[in-house]
Amino acid sequence: MAALTDLTIAEAGAGLASGEFTARELTDAYLSAMEGARDLNAYIAETPEQARSMADASDARRAKGAAAGPLDGIPLAIKDLFCTEGVLSSAGSHILEGFAPPYESTVTQQLWDAGAVMLGKVNMDEFAMGSANVTSHYGPTLNPWKAASGDAAGRDLVPGGSSGGSASAVAARIAAGATGTDTGGSIRQPGAFCGIVGMKPTYGRCSRWGIIAFASSLDQAGPLTHTVQDAALMLGAMAGFDPKDSTSVDLPVPDYTAAMTGDIRGLRVGVPAEYRMDGTPAEIETLWQTGIDRLRDAGAEIVDISLPHTKYALPAYYIVAPAEASSNLARYDGVRYGLRVEGENLIDTYERTRAEGFGDEVQRRVMIGTYVLSAGYYDAYYLKAQRVRTRIADDFRAAWDSCDVILTPTTPSAAFAIGEKMDDPIAMYLNDIFTVPASMAGLPAISVPAGLSGDGLPLGLHLIAPAFGEETLFRAAGVLEDADGFDARP
Amino acid sequence: MALDTDTVRRIARLARIHVDDADLAPLADELNNILGWIEQLEEVDTDGVEPMTSAVEMVQRLRADAVNDGDLQEAVLSNAPEPNDGFYTVPKVVE
Amino acid sequence: MSDATDTSQDAVPGHLAGHITSRVGHNSGDLIEGETGPWEVIIGLEVHAQVVSESKLFSGASTEFGGEPNSHVSLVDAAMPGMLPVLNIEAVRQAVRTGLGLEAAINLRSVFDRKNYFYPDLPQGYQISQFSDPIVGEGRVTVDLEDRESFEVGIVRIHLEQDAGKSVHDRLPDRTYIDLNRSGVALMEIVSKPDIRSGAEAAAYLAKLRSILRYLGTCDGNMQEGSMRADVNVSVRRPGDKLGTRCEIKNVNSIRFVRQAVDYEARRQIEILEEGGAIDQETRLFDADRGETRSMRSKEEAHDYRYFPDPDLLPVELDQAFVDEIKASLPELPDAKAARFAAEFGLGEYDAGLLVAERETAEFYEAVVDADGAGRDPKTAANWITGDFFRRLNADDLEIADSPVSAEQLGGLIDLIADGTISGKIAKDVFDEMFDNGKDAGDIVEQKGLKQISDSGEIAAIVDQIIADNPDQADEYRSGNTKVAGWFTGQVMKATQGKANPQMVNQLLQEKLGG
Repeated sequence: MAALTDLTIAEAGAGLASGEFTARELTDAYLSAMEGARDLNAYIAETPEQARSMADASDARRAKGAAAGPLDGIPLAIKDLFCTEGVLSSAGSHILEGFAPPYESTVTQQLWDAGAVMLGKVNMDEFAMGSANVTSHYGPTLNPWKAASGDAAGRDLVPGGSSGGSASAVAARIAAGATGTDTGGSIRQPGAFCGIVGMKPTYGRCSRWGIIAFASSLDQAGPLTHTVQDAALMLGAMAGFDPKDSTSVDLPVPDYTAAMTGDIRGLRVGVPAEYRMDGTPAEIETLWQTGIDRLRDAGAEIVDISLPHTKYALPAYYIVAPAEASSNLARYDGVRYGLRVEGENLIDTYERTRAEGFGDEVQRRVMIGTYVLSAGYYDAYYLKAQRVRTRIADDFRAAWDSCDVILTPTTPSAAFAIGEKMDDPIAMYLNDIFTVPASMAGLPAISVPAGLSGDGLPLGLHLIAPAFGEETLFRAAGVLEDADGFDARP
Repeated sequence: MALDTDTVRRIARLARIHVDDADLAPLADELNNILGWIEQLEEVDTDGVEPMTSAVEMVQRLRADAVNDGDLQEAVLSNAPEPNDGFYTVPKVVE
Repeated sequence: MSDATDTSQDAVPGHLAGHITSRVGHNSGDLIEGETGPWEVIIGLEVHAQVVSESKLFSGASTEFGGEPNSHVSLVDAAMPGMLPVLNIEAVRQAVRTGLGLEAAINLRSVFDRKNYFYPDLPQGYQISQFSDPIVGEGRVTVDLEDRESFEVGIVRIHLEQDAGKSVHDRLPDRTYIDLNRSGVALMEIVSKPDIRSGAEAAAYLAKLRSILRYLGTCDGNMQEGSMRADVNVSVRRPGDKLGTRCEIKNVNSIRFVRQAVDYEARRQIEILEEGGAIDQETRLFDADRGETRSMRSKEEAHDYRYFPDPDLLPVELDQAFVDEIKASLPELPDAKAARFAAEFGLGEYDAGLLVAERETAEFYEAVVDADGAGRDPKTAANWITGDFFRRLNADDLEIADSPVSAEQLGGLIDLIADGTISGKIAKDVFDEMFDNGKDAGDIVEQKGLKQISDSGEIAAIVDQIIADNPDQADEYRSGNTKVAGWFTGQVMKATQGKANPQMVNQLLQEKLGG
């Protein structure tokens, strides 16, 4: 038998259901794997006692015939952005070091209600601001993949970000699945870099209550898993209406796995011309074409579409997200929780607390956000960006007249070495060029591992669906996954 | 709209982030680099386009007026750096 | 107190700002005569009124005043990471109700914005408020003054916003203590146009606004507890000139202080201008102990609130039916009630105004007049209430709800006068006794034998006796000095301990002295 940690969530669920192994055995297998993989720096807080007691509770439920469902007994890693009661929840930031909230986020609570087991909290870019997991107060997380050749060969690679700890943990098989959050690509990009599935649902599908806010109009929770089916299983538990979140949508949660029929005959797949950008490596273009061919071969109809404002999504994002962040992060003032650095007076205390508590990238974005909202600049920057955002959303709305899903690459490159792009914020930001448009429009999207780069690193393909089109997304992603047959391992 | 060091100082003050004087100029350069890149948005014709206010097409839900929360003094103070007598405390505010 | 409730008119978008007064002309009595000629005072008020609701604007914590520090605080009010606001329908309803009561336009679509600034009693680092799209637009308040024509004050807008917490500065010399109990309680900010021309007018406006809000039940108007407070914008100009530079006096928390603050501030500005100086636009505080305003000591930092729509909330969209339903449930408001009292009961404008200022007074009055269909004389009832009844309430520092004399009891007293059982003079003593011990008028009259003597034979005998005992005064009367009749009346009343029916006494005296 393969190691328990090699199983997908669906397979592990079947093994638990058939009594092949217990949740406790499964959890212990992960806890021991975690110990062996600490050099990845994926976990910033391991919670073995809690994990074992949750696993035991799962076994007890199952013994009584009262298993909660497909996630009962499944060990998960939780991004440090989710507030978990009594357990470190720091957003990867010094300013929240040691913060143990007296409450549990809605999404994690729903996972525990579904019987899932918490292995610990995983690393991330500070306040989810980053694409390489290098801005964490707890140091960078490593990608378990290594380049076989090229510039990055032999070097430690980034797992992507901001959900880098989540992606690394799943790829390294020290979690069966992980929660992530995606603001501009923070689930999908690390998913692609680590050769796993990363899924961002429609804005409003998962409650944001108890998730430390980065950019409120963009943040969405989603799963990182080995397979599309696992993502569908996890999202089924994570999603749902929450009256505590005014932006949560009151729609029933469908059975996403049931939507994965494997049949996409007649499905119209849009291929946007504007995603063919200058400077995109040939292997990315090739991978994209391969994906188009595979979907066509599976019976889909390929449609050329236009999303004219694609290139403006990223600069608009770098106004909207920092603006919201500058306000969302104002509460970290050293008064009620977290770090306080006493200064000469109150204002000095604020300024020193925030200068010491926030890392460079967070400070940079708070400064940009403060500036674009300030008197005299609001119209030129913030309002302009929100108008561009309307145009981006309108582009997608127009596209849905001629297609049902859109296929693009997830990232313009494979994972790069730690230390690269560090002195060039814009080069770092460009990682999200293909993922940000869907974020700006609030649309669901998924990255599916599709192949390896010339240097032997995973690459992802990206599907986008209309709002609340998660079922279509999973159906198409499942077919793409089967066609890709990606089975490479780090 | 290039930022000078005085503007950076003012923005840092508004954001309540301490920046050493020596760091103002390099920070201004960094921010100008990003803002310069952002300014490509000027190319987009947005005349008559409404700014997006939310990614979901919904209106605000209203909750019933019921007292069902609060009474959490211990919980809300549990992570406070310097709680005292049921209060948060901070260095003296000069009015 | 932080400036959590600060929305200077500067910060309000141009099309919403009330810089332009709609009031034409002025009452020349309001002009202030300076050394160099007359000055006109221009005043606008921003009133912060705490909304009457059970729970807070965006959380389910209680709005109850006081309590253990940080006990009426939810995770949302403490701005814990990841917490989100959800809007209270009652706050929306109350704002709409207030708007309708001030004859204002209701905006079916409104937006909540964040107003960003740091202050330790502002836990989120921003106040959720409404900036460019408030829930209520333009309206008006008609203000009455004694011996004056009423005037109208335009309302620019009403918006909903969160209150801040409380900073306590006096517990330790080097620390400020923060209590978030009030943090997140719903406030309405009611912004007037600069249509007010004197301290007296400002006080009358605030009193009228308070009265309307209390009628509507949207704010309890309790100024001691801070449920209502005003930022007062004052400037002066030569009559007909353009508006001068104004100063904003923050957080004035009584009607009397508003008047004092305006009067002081106007004189201060006039003195500066007449000496050739200029007014600095600034924020000032009113020092009630000294009766003066002074510049806030802390260095005013240039505020830049960076308003933007709160991405945690969505636009509020109301159905017209929601508004109509509230409109249908509005109570009769003071102006309408005063007009009805004038028409129905024949009361003068001033008396009617006094009786309707508080809803409870008006209800008390109507109960006295009409309790169980008694149909008492409305003017007598009005005189009693605005006279002795108010006198005793004031003297004993009581609210009408705590009055020891009920409307029915006061009605009973009036009945005893009307049917001649007691005289009006005796009634005043009876009333004081009723107020002291809560007894019915009839019981007091009975126990103390205060019943009026209306037996003409009995009174005639006394009159005869007194005339007989005082021949000099009787002669004086007969020789034409009829004023001496009053002295005889006094003697009769003295002899009867005031119980003789005064009409009868007068009639008999006339007959017998004249005869």
